Amino acid sequence: MATSTIVARPLPVLPEGWSAEKDFKPIGSITASTQRTIEPVGPHFLAHARRARHKRTFSEDDRIQAQESAKKIEKDDESDVSEPEDPLMLQREAKDWKSQDHYQVLGLSKYRWKATEEQIKRAHRKKVLKHHPDKKAAQGSTEDDNFFKCIQKATEVLLDPVKRRQFDSVDEKADVDPPTKKELAKGNYYKLWGRVFKSEARFSKQQPVPTFGDENSTKEEVENFYNFWYNFDSWRSFEYLDEDVPDDNENRDQKRHMERKNANARKKKKAEDNARLRKLLDECSAGDERIKKFRQEANAAKNKKRLDKEAAEKKAKEDARLKKEAEEKAAKEAEEKAKAEREANKKAKEAAKNAVKKNKRVLRGSVKDANYFAGSGDASPAQIDAVLNDVELVQGKIDPDEIAALAGKLNGLKVADEIKGVWSEEVKRLVAAGKLKDGDVKSLV
Amino acid sequence: MTEKGAGQLGVSPSDRCAIGISFGNSYSSIACTIDDSPVVIANEDGDRQIPTILSYVDGEEYTGNQAKAMLIRNPKNTVISFKDFLGQEFKSIDPTHCHAAAHPQDANGTVSFTIQDKVEGEPPSTLSVKEISTRYLRRLLQSASDYLGKKVTSAVITVPTNFTESQREALIRAANDAELEVLQLINEPIASVLAYDARPEAKLEDKIIVVADLGGTRSDVAVVASRGGLYTILATAHDYEFAGVHLDTVLMDHFAKEFMKKNPNVDPRGNARSLAKLKAESEAAKKALSIGTNASFSVESLADGIDFQTTINRLRYETIARKVFEGFNRLVEGVIKKAGLDVLDIDEVILSGGTSHTPRIANNFRAIFPETTSIQAPATSATAINPSELQARGAALQASLIQEYESDDIEQSTHPAVTTVKHITNAIGVISLSGDGEEIFTPIIAPETAVPARRTVHIAAPENGGDVLVKITEGGTHIKVTKPEPKPKENGEKEGEDEDEDDSDFDSEEEEEEHREKIWKIGTTLAEAAVRDVKKGGKVEVTINVAGDLAVTITTRAVGGKGGVRGTLPAP
Ligand SMILES: Nc1ncnc2c1ncn2[C@@H]1O[C@H](COP(=O)(O)OP(=O)(O)OP(=O)(O)O)[C@@H](O)[C@H]1O
Repeated sequence: MATSTIVARPLPVLPEGWSAEKDFKPIGSITASTQRTIEPVGPHFLAHARRARHKRTFSEDDRIQAQESAKKIEKDDESDVSEPEDPLMLQREAKDWKSQDHYQVLGLSKYRWKATEEQIKRAHRKKVLKHHPDKKAAQGSTEDDNFFKCIQKATEVLLDPVKRRQFDSVDEKADVDPPTKKELAKGNYYKLWGRVFKSEARFSKQQPVPTFGDENSTKEEVENFYNFWYNFDSWRSFEYLDEDVPDDNENRDQKRHMERKNANARKKKKAEDNARLRKLLDECSAGDERIKKFRQEANAAKNKKRLDKEAAEKKAKEDARLKKEAEEKAAKEAEEKAKAEREANKKAKEAAKNAVKKNKRVLRGSVKDANYFAGSGDASPAQIDAVLNDVELVQGKIDPDEIAALAGKLNGLKVADEIKGVWSEEVKRLVAAGKLKDGDVKSLV
Repeated sequence: MTEKGAGQLGVSPSDRCAIGISFGNSYSSIACTIDDSPVVIANEDGDRQIPTILSYVDGEEYTGNQAKAMLIRNPKNTVISFKDFLGQEFKSIDPTHCHAAAHPQDANGTVSFTIQDKVEGEPPSTLSVKEISTRYLRRLLQSASDYLGKKVTSAVITVPTNFTESQREALIRAANDAELEVLQLINEPIASVLAYDARPEAKLEDKIIVVADLGGTRSDVAVVASRGGLYTILATAHDYEFAGVHLDTVLMDHFAKEFMKKNPNVDPRGNARSLAKLKAESEAAKKALSIGTNASFSVESLADGIDFQTTINRLRYETIARKVFEGFNRLVEGVIKKAGLDVLDIDEVILSGGTSHTPRIANNFRAIFPETTSIQAPATSATAINPSELQARGAALQASLIQEYESDDIEQSTHPAVTTVKHITNAIGVISLSGDGEEIFTPIIAPETAVPARRTVHIAAPENGGDVLVKITEGGTHIKVTKPEPKPKENGEKEGEDEDEDDSDFDSEEEEEEHREKIWKIGTTLAEAAVRDVKKGGKVEVTINVAGDLAVTITTRAVGGKGGVRGTLPAP
């Protein structure tokens, strides 16, 4: 084309670091093509033909090949094999059209509700070509056009989407019966029931319909399937089976009566159909190993959970018990220990006390032994008092260890001076330590 | 297409006077070109749609509307609806539409009619459908020659896309017997496309066209890819259940019932003559309802000598004919599906054939297709061409294009070796950026383009110019369906940020219609190229050339700049 289109959306900026030889990077090639026939019409085709013919000469071979490789747009009608015509069907009365099998009349028995509009039209045309009464008459056979009328009626019904649904609703030949126990016994559960639901699916307002699946279907798929089918929204209706309503104006009451009767009958059949489907589902699901499997799995899972929970509870209880026991034990032990300690302490204290007493006795004994530092004569009571007071004072300033140490030093000493020496040393120490003041205890120095 | 090419009668190009003929079962038309623009020729009765009928009374031959009038008084010697029988065996024809006229018969397998075509007393003749056709074509030629003032020697004739080899051959022989050289038989939908494309104001664009040819006894629909002026038929459908006569029948039943309300025991459908009158007037009323909103129906002595007069309005007509109209809708939708396309892929719908005058049909199509699809019919487009004339116009245009060619040349050019070529499956295009920087596929060569093919685009460079990446990829489309947002329960918080559309939620339509749009998907990358130093605000030119063997040559440069990048990809 000479002209070029303008595109307003901008091109991207060249990415950093992009490079290629001569700035061109070949990456792929065109994926697929179809051989088709261009129409040899119009000025642009003439240009094409000129170009094409100048470039090459065509051998007959090329031509045939080209012709054969082109995608066929016109399908020849012959491709459909025809269904044999039942002689009984050919004798049908056109007025009994309500009871005729429209699909069979058109030779579409194996397609039924699956037949496309185009198939119906093609089938009709084929039948017309064969059974048109004018043709029969031209060929000198009878003028009976009954079957031709059957064909016309069948086509009228099947090409009218509303009427076709009404007929499909009651086309029992399209039904797939639920499998018998015997059939199921041979296995093939999923295939057999799958067929049933595939056929029932034709009534679904909602398309596509989930399929039955097989033993490998997941739990979700199976649940989805049953959910869908237990809530099936069907367009199936039963007006096709209505009894004829009188068409004249005279019998108005009877007409109304018939209409009511028909309406009730439709409702009843619809309810029956719903019940039928539910029963079908109940039956199917009852034998559905997948459901059992999932239930067992679910049960096992649930049981496991329960056991786990119980075990956990038991363990927790046990743990608690053990913990409590341990705590109690620890507490008891601690108490006993404390008690023992307390007792030991008490003993020690008592022992210390006794020791202190004993030591104090030693201290007091030592000054007595030293005759209260009165020399060889009797010590005056004042002297005794003063010495004992001072001993008391020193005792009060020092702790039991020091008392013991002091007692140790005094123990065994009999000589008054030696005793006094120990005392005065002790007093000096205490004065040095600041516990006593110089001159506080005169009698012992 | 191995039927004998032109040159059957040894006419040399310089002696040719060529016309276009649309030869239908119900009506035919003839057209010539004057200064390259097509003109449909009126016959001596002033008709441009000439009923395809021959009738014999007292040895006189009548054709067109005069012959059609004979259906009431002389049906046995009136031949109608015969064209499709050409080249067919008796066992494979549908005689339905001949019921109220001469009946086709089996003469050694070929279809024939026995009629009294000579004066009373002579024995009747048995004429094959080819002979009938020859006689009828002769009358068309006569009309054309009278109009042009010179003898017409040659013609391009339109045929349905499913016309078989033997039908084509029989048609050419019938024409030859009428001393008419057939330059070429062309497919009816393509003739209609050409009639539109040849208008001076037409632009050469790649587009997908649906041609709905709604005739008298059949409806034919084709999906056509138009690529650089080359046409490829992608799918076709043929329908004999929904066509003009079925609309006639709806009206006949309606008027018959109206008549019987007043005359309870007289059914005008009960005898042949009343039926013929009923049919003729019903067709007239139907045509009137295409123009006006009311039509009158008036027949003298419709049945039992009773005159009948009534009217019908368009609304009533559209109600009683709804089923047929819906049949047309399904037919068109079906063939689009058959082509593997969606209504969103269709750029144009051309309505052709007499029945396409019906406003309701065009309006229904208007409703099926998106607004961007142009619906070429009188009711939906002021610039539409008369649907009854499209095929004859297209045929005349083609005739004027090829009449100076030697017959050999025509034959060679139309051979499969020339017409059968590869068509690319995926679009080829370039990656550009949307407003928010997202990579978007921009097609340069459309899918179903015949190769060799070449296309060029000019694309904006980034805002500031500089070095630019030209990334060539394949692309495909998918249909994105956006379900209407369920009415927000509460005026809740933000609904997530991933809504990439500004939904124009004007709350106007109560009906929750889903929104469908065609989205390009980026396919496999074919090549990358760099265009350097593009000026600020500049443009980049990208040319893609696909050779007959699917090798690709890509050239790109800054518009107005020097040099450029060129590279090739090997054939797959
Ligand atoms: N203005 C109109 N409004 C409605 N229908 C019309 C109009 N003009 C013609 N027709 C109808 O169009 C039909 C004829 O269409 P056309 O001229 O395309 O015939 P054809 O190509 O011979 O058709 P076929 O080969 O399918 O019989 C007839 O049924 C005729 O009644």
